[in-house]
This record gives sequence, C-alpha cells and structure tokens, in this order.
Amino acid sequence: MEHFTCRYPASQRRQGRALVGCVGSGDLEVLLEPANADFTLKVTTSVNGSEARWRALFDRLFATRADLPALTLDIHDFGATPGVVRLRLEQGLETLDLEESSHG
Amino acid sequence: MSTQPSQRGLTWFQALAGQGEAATGLPASLRVADLELAGRPARWLAVVPDASNPFPRARQGEVGLLEGWGLARAIQAAIVEDHEAPVKRTLIALVDVPSQAYGRREEAYGIHQALAGAAGAYAEARLAGHPVLGLLVGKAMSGGFLAHGYQANRLLALRDPQVQVHAMGKASAARVTLRSVEELERLAADIPPMAYDLDSYASLGLLWRQLEVGQPDQPSTADLQQVRQALADAQADVLASGATDLRLRLDGANRAASRAVREHLRAGWNA
Amino acid sequence: MAEAPLPAVQALLHSRSFVELGARERARVVLDAGSFRELVGPFERLMSPWLPRQGIVRQADDGVVVAKGLIDGQPAVVCAIEGAFQGGSLGEVGGAKIAGALELALEDNLAGIPTRAVLLLETGGVRLQEANLGLAAIAEIQAAIVALRAHQPVIGVIAGSVGCFGGMSIAAGLCSQLIVTREARLGLNGPQVIEQEAGIEEYDSRDRPFIWSLTGGEQRVATGLADVFVADDSAAVTAAVRLGFTQGVAACLRSQQADHYLRRLAALDTEPQADAAAVRHLYAGDQP
Repeated sequence: MEHFTCRYPASQRRQGRALVGCVGSGDLEVLLEPANADFTLKVTTSVNGSEARWRALFDRLFATRADLPALTLDIHDFGATPGVVRLRLEQGLETLDLEESSHG
Repeated sequence: MSTQPSQRGLTWFQALAGQGEAATGLPASLRVADLELAGRPARWLAVVPDASNPFPRARQGEVGLLEGWGLARAIQAAIVEDHEAPVKRTLIALVDVPSQAYGRREEAYGIHQALAGAAGAYAEARLAGHPVLGLLVGKAMSGGFLAHGYQANRLLALRDPQVQVHAMGKASAARVTLRSVEELERLAADIPPMAYDLDSYASLGLLWRQLEVGQPDQPSTADLQQVRQALADAQADVLASGATDLRLRLDGANRAASRAVREHLRAGWNA
Repeated sequence: MAEAPLPAVQALLHSRSFVELGARERARVVLDAGSFRELVGPFERLMSPWLPRQGIVRQADDGVVVAKGLIDGQPAVVCAIEGAFQGGSLGEVGGAKIAGALELALEDNLAGIPTRAVLLLETGGVRLQEANLGLAAIAEIQAAIVALRAHQPVIGVIAGSVGCFGGMSIAAGLCSQLIVTREARLGLNGPQVIEQEAGIEEYDSRDRPFIWSLTGGEQRVATGLADVFVADDSAAVTAAVRLGFTQGVAACLRSQQADHYLRRLAALDTEPQADAAAVRHLYAGDQP
C-alpha cells in the first residue's frame, strides 16, 4: 500500500463536496472537498510501485488545464485501471457541479 | 488439529453443576442444570460433544441446530418460570465451543436461525433482569460463541492456552484472506483483534476477569472454589450495577474507535 | 399531443433494480424522499484503525452507511452495509455504526420517540482482518436488535448479490421481519468455508443452483425462514418495508419458536442428505 500527493495550481473556488465510487476490487472511491488554493490529489493505493503511472495520468488530465478548481481529492484505490480512475475523477467533478448547481 | 473433541466444557459443568437438578427435554449435546450460586438460584448451561448426535456434523461440541434451539428452550423456560419470581435466576454459560456446525443439513434447515434462538434467549434473559455470566473454559469461536456466551453481562476466562476466542479457525481464515497461516500469525502479533491468544483478547477490554487455575483440564477443589467465588463476584457486580446492557465492554484501550463512533452518532443524532 | 403513460408503464419507467444500487443509494431509497441525513459519514473519516497495518486500503465510511430520516412520516434510522467493500464484512467501525445506531434508536423509544430501524444486510459477517472486534461488534448488534424489537419492528432486507452470512445471519434471525429477493442468500457459513471444512460432496461452493436452492431468498420464504419475497425493484422493497412497520411489533418472533423448531427437527430423519424439497416438507405450514 502506498500514499503520495500530487498538486496543481488552481483558481476557481468551490463550495460543495462529493463522494463517488467504492473501494471494491478494481475500483476506487474519491472524496472531493473544497480547498484554499491548490488542486490536490492524495492517493492511497493498494498497488505498490504505481506512483509514476498515477502522476503521468494526472499530468495528462490536469497539468495543462487553466481552470482547475481549488479542491482536495482523497483517492482510495483498490487496483483500478487508468480508465476506471479517469471515469471516477470525471464523475466526481461532475457530481460536484451538480451539487453546487442544485444548491444555487 | 486434534481429532478428539475437547472435554473441558463437560468437565467443568460436572464439577460446578453436576450436583444440580438436571433440566429435561433437551438434546444430549447440552448439559443444563439448576444449582445455586452464592445462595442465589442459577441455571448452568454447557454444549458438549455428542458422538450420537443425529446431525453428523455436530458431534464434536459444535453449536448446531439442536444445540441452538435447545439452549433457547432451556433459557426461555427459565425466563417464563421466573417471570413473577422475586429472584431471577442467574444464567451461567460454560463456554467450550470449537465453532458452529458446518454442513449441508445445517444450512438447509436454518442453523443461523437456531443460533439466533439461543443468542436471542440469552439477550432476553439479560434484559429481563437475569444476571447472565459467561465462563470461557476452552474455545469460544465464532457463531458458537455468539449463540452461547457472548450475550453475557460479564465474561470471565481461565488463563490457559486452550482458551481461545476468534471468528474462524486459522487454516480457514488463511484461505479466505488469501494469506498463509504464518503471515496471519505475524499480522496477529501486531494486531490484537486478529490474534487467537487470551492476552490479546483481554486487551480488547471484553473480559471482566481472568482466572489462574492450577488444573484447567481436571479442576482441583481449590480451582473450583476460586472459580465459584469469581462467578459469585460477577453475579454481585451485575446485580449492584442494575444494568442490563453490554456497555461495560466499551472501556478497553483497543476499543477507542468503538467509543468514538458512538460519540459521533450521538452528537449528530438530533442535529 | 402524447397521452400520459398508463400507470403500469409509469411504474415500469420508474422501476429500478435495488440490487444494483450501492449502500448509500439503497438507504436513500428506503427513506421518505428528501429525508435522508447521513451520520458519521465518509467526510468524518472514522475509518478502520486496523487495516492500514495490513496494507489494506480503507473506505471512508468503513463500508457502512447510517442515515436518519423518515419512513411513512415516522422517525427512522437505516443502516446499510456496502457489499462491494471487503465483501460487506464488518470491522470495528462499521459494526459500531450499526450497534450505536440501534442503541440510540432504543434510547429514543425509551424517551417516547418511536424511532424505527431498517437493516440493509449485504455482508459476509465478521471482517477477518479485525476478527475479534468484528465478532464483538456483531454480538452488540444482536443485543441491540433484541432490545429495540420490543418497542418497534426491526426490519432486515437482504437483496444480494453478496447475501447475508456469518454472524450477521444470526442478527438477521433476530429481526422482527426479513424481506428478501430472489438474488438474496441467507446462511450461516459461506459456501467456500463449508466446502473447506466438510468437503465438496457435502457442499460444492461452485454449484450456484444448488446453493440458491438451499439458502436463496425464494427457498427461505417458502420454508418460513424469511417473511416477505419481493421483486428486485426499489419501489417494491420500499413498499414492503413500509408494510412491515404498519404491522407493528409481533406477538411471537421466529427466534422465540424453539419448541416449534425442536419438534420439527425431532421428526426429521437425518440420515439422508438435505435438499430443498426435504426442507419444504419438514417446515410445511411455516411459510407466511
């Protein structure tokens, strides 16, 4: 089991919080919560030696975006494929959008 | 693993309650007798090996269909008989159960429901004001222990390597968790709730008292005196507390999370 | 202009598999619309103290969702076990969430507040990685069910696909009423463990029809070991839960029927192996 953190600069302030997914085999859960400054991903993964792959995936998804929200994403992973990780991250951000729009 | 079933439960039952009035109408795998404890009426209960058990997979002292429902019958009878009585007799579970029974007949005929019968009866007795005591003299495993002993107000145990509490035997637990037995043992050395030994179990704060006896397999007069006194002390402690719940079990150092969860639930309950 | 759909079609359009829902969604569905309020939720991060030492990644809610709300306008608490996390097995924290919720529901009732409880049981029983704390918590859950059921029905729902096994099957046996689907199973020992302990002739853990024939929802209702058989449909499950509460506290519960079951079992020839038909025969007349 490994822990590591990845940070990207963020600008947009957010309000709501969201949870998607489940720590089942081949899956992950993501807790999204407002943060002061950065877009931070904290990963706890059952797959040892995978940090480089995670960072590469995050870079692909987030490194070039100018409008990242100031959020902390707490990721608990149980061996999800990059495809599933991406799905859950997108789902999480979408759910957050829905949360915020439903609360005005 | 020993092929001979443990005789501890039977031995201690005979030593502590053999002089009592035996209850009738129960399976041969149960020993139930009424005999006072410190001058108070008490019903003593044990599950013992029965080589002639109609259920072939329940012959080594396991808690199976007949044992679960039989315990329920014996306890329900005590509750009914004492309903209007000034004194509600103490129930004393002498625990030496290697497990629940594992078998096709057991699953088919609803062993889970039979064990619920026993657990429920013990709980109802406790709630009705009967002091319920559990004395671990051998193994206290899994469903067997849930049905017979784990609903007690107070749990006592002999300090002896044969006294073990757990949810599943090592070999099966290793297979289910996809580890080797050696790996499990290494983990258990650092993780008290995973361990099989009594000291680790005691660190969870669930035992009220541990008893050093000289001859756990064949108790001496001194051993019996000590144990009877400890049971009498436990009985008195229950009566003095006036409590019928299991809250006392939450005090152990290794149960901090159990307390924290309850505090958080309470804090948010009426928010 | 299109006509409004017929009621049957409307129902079909809104029907939704209950089995496919996760624990949180199931709890939400069972409570009156808009009344769901989670306690000790994932953002509070009360997680297992024991799993990290074993290199096991934790779930923020420890696999149990506790939510207060209303059922038919009455105060209620729902405890839903997430079968996808560690097979729904109960550790210290998840077990404490359920036991603690039931204990608080009891306190409510003693104070005149008629809080009722629903248990959504999707569990293999004790989480072996927390063994004795899981087992102790399950004993406390059982104690709390027995205490609460004297005041309000405690309704258990087993939907599948994990089913309800281990120490929690004993808890299920203590519930006032059990609602089950076809996909559900209710049994004490997991099929693999029986096969390991007793051999493949006794129990073939890969023979799914065989396993469901003995421990599946339909069989359990047919033999009186569960009370209500529902379709795998959220509306149907919700309706069954509501109906269960309108029936109130039962005079005699299944777990109190020792004499009845001992008489039945005394009449059984235990020499032949058991099969579904034999169980139906022995318990004929017990079905709801």
